[in-house]
Amino acid sequence: MTLLTVNGAVVEVRAEPGTPLLDVLRGELGLVGTRFGCGAGSCGACFVLLNGRVTAACDTPLSVAEGREVVTVEGLAPGDELHPVQQAILEEQAGQCGYCLSGIMISAAALLADDPRPDEEAVVAALERNLCRCGVHRRVVRAILKTTQ
Amino acid sequence: MEAEPRAAVSVGAGPGAAVSVGADGVISVRVGKVELGQGVLTALAQIAADALGADLGQVRMLPARTGAGPDEGFTSGSMSIARSGPALRAECARVRAACTAEAARHWGVSPGQVTVRRGEFRHGDRTTTYADLAQAAEAPAEGLPTEGAPANGGRARAPDAGARASEVPVFVGVSVPRLDLPGKVAGRPRFIHDLRLPGQLYGRVLRPPSPGARLTGLTPLPDLRVVRDGSFLGVLAETEPEADRALARLREAAEWDERDTLPDEHDLHTFLRTGPHETIPVRTPTNAQPTSDRPKDGRPESGREGEVHAATYGRPFIAHASIAPSCAAARWNTDGSLEVWSHTQGVHPLRRALAQILGTERIEVRHVEGAGCYGHNAADDVALDAALLAREAGGRPVHVRWSRRDELTWAPFGSAMSVDVAASVDAKGMVRSWRYDVWSQGHTSRPGYAGGVPGLLAAAHLEQPWTYPAAVDPSLGSGSGMARNAVPIYDFPAMEITGHRVLETPIRSSALRSLGAFMNVFAIESFMDELALAAGRDPLAYRLAHLSDPRAREVLTRAARAAGWGGGEPGLGLGVARYKGSGAYCAVVAQVAAEHDVRVRRLTIAVDVGQVVNPDGVRNQIEGGATQAASWTLKERVRFDRRRITSGDWESYPILRFPEAPEVTVELVEHPGTPSVGAGEAAQGPVAAAIANALTTTLGLRLRDLPLTRDAVVAAIQRE
Repeated sequence: MTLLTVNGAVVEVRAEPGTPLLDVLRGELGLVGTRFGCGAGSCGACFVLLNGRVTAACDTPLSVAEGREVVTVEGLAPGDELHPVQQAILEEQAGQCGYCLSGIMISAAALLADDPRPDEEAVVAALERNLCRCGVHRRVVRAILKTTQ
Repeated sequence: MEAEPRAAVSVGAGPGAAVSVGADGVISVRVGKVELGQGVLTALAQIAADALGADLGQVRMLPARTGAGPDEGFTSGSMSIARSGPALRAECARVRAACTAEAARHWGVSPGQVTVRRGEFRHGDRTTTYADLAQAAEAPAEGLPTEGAPANGGRARAPDAGARASEVPVFVGVSVPRLDLPGKVAGRPRFIHDLRLPGQLYGRVLRPPSPGARLTGLTPLPDLRVVRDGSFLGVLAETEPEADRALARLREAAEWDERDTLPDEHDLHTFLRTGPHETIPVRTPTNAQPTSDRPKDGRPESGREGEVHAATYGRPFIAHASIAPSCAAARWNTDGSLEVWSHTQGVHPLRRALAQILGTERIEVRHVEGAGCYGHNAADDVALDAALLAREAGGRPVHVRWSRRDELTWAPFGSAMSVDVAASVDAKGMVRSWRYDVWSQGHTSRPGYAGGVPGLLAAAHLEQPWTYPAAVDPSLGSGSGMARNAVPIYDFPAMEITGHRVLETPIRSSALRSLGAFMNVFAIESFMDELALAAGRDPLAYRLAHLSDPRAREVLTRAARAAGWGGGEPGLGLGVARYKGSGAYCAVVAQVAAEHDVRVRRLTIAVDVGQVVNPDGVRNQIEGGATQAASWTLKERVRFDRRRITSGDWESYPILRFPEAPEVTVELVEHPGTPSVGAGEAAQGPVAAAIANALTTTLGLRLRDLPLTRDAVVAAIQRE
């Protein structure tokens, strides 16, 4: 058994310590908002916050997450509330297929927690590790900048 | 992934849609088109709401499935709004007419005296709603036909009176927010990857290491649930991580015989022009002599009369590269029937392909959303994988997800292409005649296309394998493949245009967003700039001098004006086309800077899609299509050696990243009276050309082979 803190709640999971955190979140815990994209930490679809740091859940073993605070897209805001980034993404309609958005919003939330008023350059830099294939990049950047106004 | 509502009343099931009115007033609409992230179900909901006279909030778009709703083939080719829109509108108008007639009958007035707006039927002070009418219909011997009644029941009792389409559209033309986005932003289960069926197993397929490989040996793995049929090899497990571990062991246990079957990646022009071809005459030589542009005395004004310019352009194979690997689920029931869940672009064609391979017609395919696919990727292939693995699962459903590497190496690619273009010009540099030849593999191997074969990947690896012919092209009348947009938009007096389709190839190709249009517009519009420069003309003025289509002229001048063309802005280039010759007009001005890499600073776009259903939806599609096309143009190229596809991850197949994404501004040139056409594939070709032309403006040299990478620029400089 491994004790994990996910979105503020302590949970017990049965998976082997070497199991990718992403599989634990999506499988045992049913938190499917964190997406699988590449399995190699190179697309950002599976980003979560680990003690506030943006981390690829697909190549992070469960053992590394033990004792740390995990925040997924479902935990960006309490209950049914939306994080300002989520709200802004909707207002700007900054999505098409939406598959990359969870990881993008995690990157953006981490940036804003660190720097509530980032400039455009900082926003773009914070998203460098997130891939988007539909091409909503500039809408996403506009949305994140909107939260700073 | 919500449960489907039980409809109280089914009043329409025509060719365009199945429309049911529930007792709660919710109007369920099932079309044959599927949501691919392009927002089509939101746009169709807007059309439905207006045709019903309903509120948008009461319209519920149901996912396509084979057991209900119309067969609309594939959701492809930017045809959904143009084709499905009118059919859906007609079906909804019939439902509205039936309900209007019912309200009129209750009130003892004629249907023409009843109005309906935002779901409320009214005559004088009396009002009723879709919910009231549906509830009344639930009582026997009264009201509307209930579910199970003849599908044309609504039509039979639908007089034209009161059935007129909404006088003033309420939702069409408005930037309604996407219906699917809130769930996605909240991280809810929305994608097929999130599907959890009771008792579900997880499957993985071990694909061969190379296209020519055959399985020759397998060390027994008695503790794993291995599925083998010829060279098709898979494994079943109780959980996803267990399935991944099992797959790793299976990989160690398999032995393959591999062969060098692939062409020289560095000489695709030769590869595409060698071997047997099908000749596709797109425009046969015309005898029209270019007389009007000649001086009256018939002699050239300068020595350039009759001068011939020629150039060769190329593009590599390009991957769909969806951000999510393809995924499906399947379950064989004890009665021998098969259920499949898939993010396919066409539930009916997929069903037919599965039936061909599996030898049963008792198959239902349901659509569940995937990530964006941008054409025919592996969505259909993985559905067969799931069906084959589920056959060994004892009635339990099996959920299969491909790996990133398989997605980038085994899904079909958009074909490489090679183009020769030549033009003779008059004394002023105006085009007198134009000759264009394009060599390419076919652009579709969708299920059921090439020779009627199922086309699904795993079937080619079975003990009793299907052999598939090379990809084919849709007919010229259906938008063509390699010849899509091979006919220039300009008024050239004489043209000869020919396609040459490769008939034998080891590389699997199929539809990638815009098919041949991306390459053809890149080649034509690059060459137009070359001709303009040779004539000493401004590229905009030179194009306009050859262009009589007023809508094309309008997008071109609007984009140029918005971008500050001719105002001293550095590094500009432009491109224009009308998609398929019959779809959206799109003009693009690119602003490029050559620094460490080729950087696109800005894309300024004017687009005319006829009547706009959802302005922000059109902008989003154009912005996204343009950004993706910038990625293709600047970075993308499937890599291979003579044996294996080697670009199997995001490092070896890089796509555009946030710091590289250009600012995109879109001007909608509206023509409300004209039919709506799709927006998803309008920008790709013009973007590529605009970037290439801007690069020439910036560097003074011409790159004719995509992608326009730093290495390509350096090589071109060294050649100069």
